[in-house]
Amino acid sequence: MGVSWRCCDATACRAAGAAALRQRLEAEVGADRVKPVGCLRLCGMGPLAAADHADGSTELVAGVAGERRLDLAHPFFLLQRSVVLERCGLVNPDSIDDAIAQGAYAALDRCRQLAPQAVIEQVARSGLRGRGGAGYPTGRKWQLVAAQASPTRAVVCNADEGDPGAFMDRAVLEGDPHRLLEGMAIAAHAVGAAEAFIYVRAEYPLAIERLRTAIGAAEARGVLAGLPIQLRIGAGAYVCGEETALLHSIEGGRGTPRPRPPYPAVSGLWGLPTLINNVETFAAVPAILREGGDWYAAMGTATSKGTKVFALSGAIPHTGLIEVEMGTSLRTIVEAMGQSPPGQVKAVQTGGPSGGCVPAALLDTPVDYESLQSLGSIMGSGGMVVIDGAMAMPELARYFMRFCVDESCGKCLPCRAGTVQLAQLLDRFVERRATAADLVQLEQLCGMVKATSLCGLGQSAPNPVLSTLRFFRAEYEAAISAPVVP
Amino acid sequence: MTTLQLQINGRAVSAAGDATVLEAIRSAGLQVPTLCHLDGLTPVGACRLCLVVIEGHPKLEPACVTAVADGMVVHTHTPELDTYRRMAVELFFAEGNHVCAVCVANGACELQAVAVEVGMDHSRFPYQYPRRQVDASHPLFSLDHHRCILCTRCVRVCDEIEAVHVWDVGYRGSSCSIIAGLDQPWGEVAACTNCGKCVDVCPTGALFRKEDGSGEKQPHPERAHQLVEARTEHHWHNQ
Ligand SMILES: Cc1cc2nc3c(=O)[nH]c(=O)nc-3n(C[C@H](O)[C@H](O)[C@H](O)COP(=O)(O)O)c2cc1C
Ligand code: SF4
Ligand code: SF4
Ligand code: SF4
Ligand code: FES
Ligand code: FES
Repeated sequence: MGVSWRCCDATACRAAGAAALRQRLEAEVGADRVKPVGCLRLCGMGPLAAADHADGSTELVAGVAGERRLDLAHPFFLLQRSVVLERCGLVNPDSIDDAIAQGAYAALDRCRQLAPQAVIEQVARSGLRGRGGAGYPTGRKWQLVAAQASPTRAVVCNADEGDPGAFMDRAVLEGDPHRLLEGMAIAAHAVGAAEAFIYVRAEYPLAIERLRTAIGAAEARGVLAGLPIQLRIGAGAYVCGEETALLHSIEGGRGTPRPRPPYPAVSGLWGLPTLINNVETFAAVPAILREGGDWYAAMGTATSKGTKVFALSGAIPHTGLIEVEMGTSLRTIVEAMGQSPPGQVKAVQTGGPSGGCVPAALLDTPVDYESLQSLGSIMGSGGMVVIDGAMAMPELARYFMRFCVDESCGKCLPCRAGTVQLAQLLDRFVERRATAADLVQLEQLCGMVKATSLCGLGQSAPNPVLSTLRFFRAEYEAAISAPVVP
Repeated sequence: MTTLQLQINGRAVSAAGDATVLEAIRSAGLQVPTLCHLDGLTPVGACRLCLVVIEGHPKLEPACVTAVADGMVVHTHTPELDTYRRMAVELFFAEGNHVCAVCVANGACELQAVAVEVGMDHSRFPYQYPRRQVDASHPLFSLDHHRCILCTRCVRVCDEIEAVHVWDVGYRGSSCSIIAGLDQPWGEVAACTNCGKCVDVCPTGALFRKEDGSGEKQPHPERAHQLVEARTEHHWHNQ
């Protein structure tokens, strides 16, 4: 009995030459022993392939010629706790047979025997909170939508994923698309929805292709029990990830947010009560229904249950996709899993343009919603960028501010005009020609944009500035060309 | 219709159950600055000047789109709100090219009036001096983008009252601009009925009649409301 291979066929590895590695392996052992799969996690070393031996052991190799052997006993792999990603890297994302053989749609079948209320009850018990950034309790949201007096409702998946440094949702879509469809079908059953939409950005062509294939196969099999799931391709504006903007965009309008209330749960897509959740949120649901809400709630911390997927990148040897239990410390992630030598890290940026930096001195912070928030950062959707001493903080802040300048929808004044002024103020600090008055102006304007913007984009755009000011104020002060007058 | 009791700036105020906080503020004879809001048009909450403090709400709320609730305690002027409003007006002036002395709307401009109201005499933010266009292709009217504050009143009046939808917003962020038709010169948009409603409701000197010289624009923002009222009450029928 020979060996069979799983070759990563996800975006990062494709870019690194996955096709060549796969051809080589196919020539060696035969095409029927080589299976394309989703992300194998250590993307930075890609292309990756895993060899499953007849004796049950597995080896991981990297490089176009498979020249490097990776240590599966490394904490990077050992400390992962796969729930959302349990089949990612194991199944062929284009094969519904493979997915079903490995458990797909079993939870959906079971949940159909349950009353919708019982399904919501399990999700509520699990303590699952939205993985799109804000962390709203998922069970409560489902309950709210289900409780609306309307003959029908809509379910929408937010697969816009626009934060720089984030690729968690893409990994799920490319690695195990049936998981998302199953989660959405369970949600539709629970809230009484008759139609469902997946909003995904056009920059994710492979994810779109795999979703199309998966939806087609699931419909042909009848596993979705008649729930139509439609794909909507967004042009890739960051603000279209904001839920009200996303819904406008699906309706064919301009993707701009509107004031809430009304929340989508009350009046969303074409006025229907609408359940909108993130990819990872839906993808956690099948496991929760299979194992029970209490099983999920046993993982994580008191207020942040379960696991979280992070896209780990930046100045560390190990970059890639990780799924860890909530409450794991940043130090564990960065030093043990990411293999960063102690003392090398300056800060860890979480939450992208809406987030902030946790300085090296606080690396023992556990990753959970509250701990990160108390440090002026956020969990966000799961981008985690490790920063070393080479990066100056005003420059990092300017990078994110410029992103917000480009991505503001322009509807409300503070975000449209305020971010422009903030970016220009940051220019002065980066170029070391700021004045003491600029620092005052910077902080005031951050406060104003945060407090007065219409949607989360503007409301959180100042966060990278505020958090770097909090922990690295000396870098801003050092950029003041005139002496600081007390 | 039920009547609700609320408190605004320490004063007891009653409001209809379907009123907005802005309506309640105004019916009590109090004031809060607004630019994007116009009676008769769908509110959009975009200019953020009408933000107020509502006790128990974690965030500032735009009065123009927030519904009143019984027992609500509202503050329209706090030191924080005053600071933010002045900054907002400064940002408006810094992002466009508002040279009032040579503007058709000088003296009849809502942006100018709001600047006076919040005590702004200059902008502490650097002026951006954007290079923008003037569209004089329409036979009767012109659009000077330098003075547009993107309140979208023109977009809404044309869509919701004239029912033509000549205008929309194009592009993103600081590149946003009002566009006619498929981003064409206004004069080439055959759908325009030349009704002038957009010109009447524009709060600044951005939209104006060609015959207007500097300081001569006579806007009529109240017409939008009068038309809506007249239509809902069938003023033109059974007289
Ligand atoms: C500017 C902005 C961008 C956002 N982008 C995304 C995104 O790409 N994906 C996402 O799931 N949520 C995004 N969100 C959050 C969504 O608005 C919404 O809260 C989320 O989809 C709800 O799903 P959840 O409860 O499962 O997190 C964004 C929010 C803002 C303000
Ligand atoms: S639009 Fe108003 S503020 Fe702008 S230049 Fe004209 S008068 Fe001045
Ligand atoms: S003149 Fe009337 S029809 Fe023409 S753009 Fe203005 S509001 Fe619309
Ligand atoms: S042209 Fe006038 S009415 Fe239209 S958005 Fe600009 S300022 Fe507002
Ligand atoms: S994309 Fe191949 S290992 Fe992550
Ligand atoms: S008037 Fe309320 S936001 Fe402009």
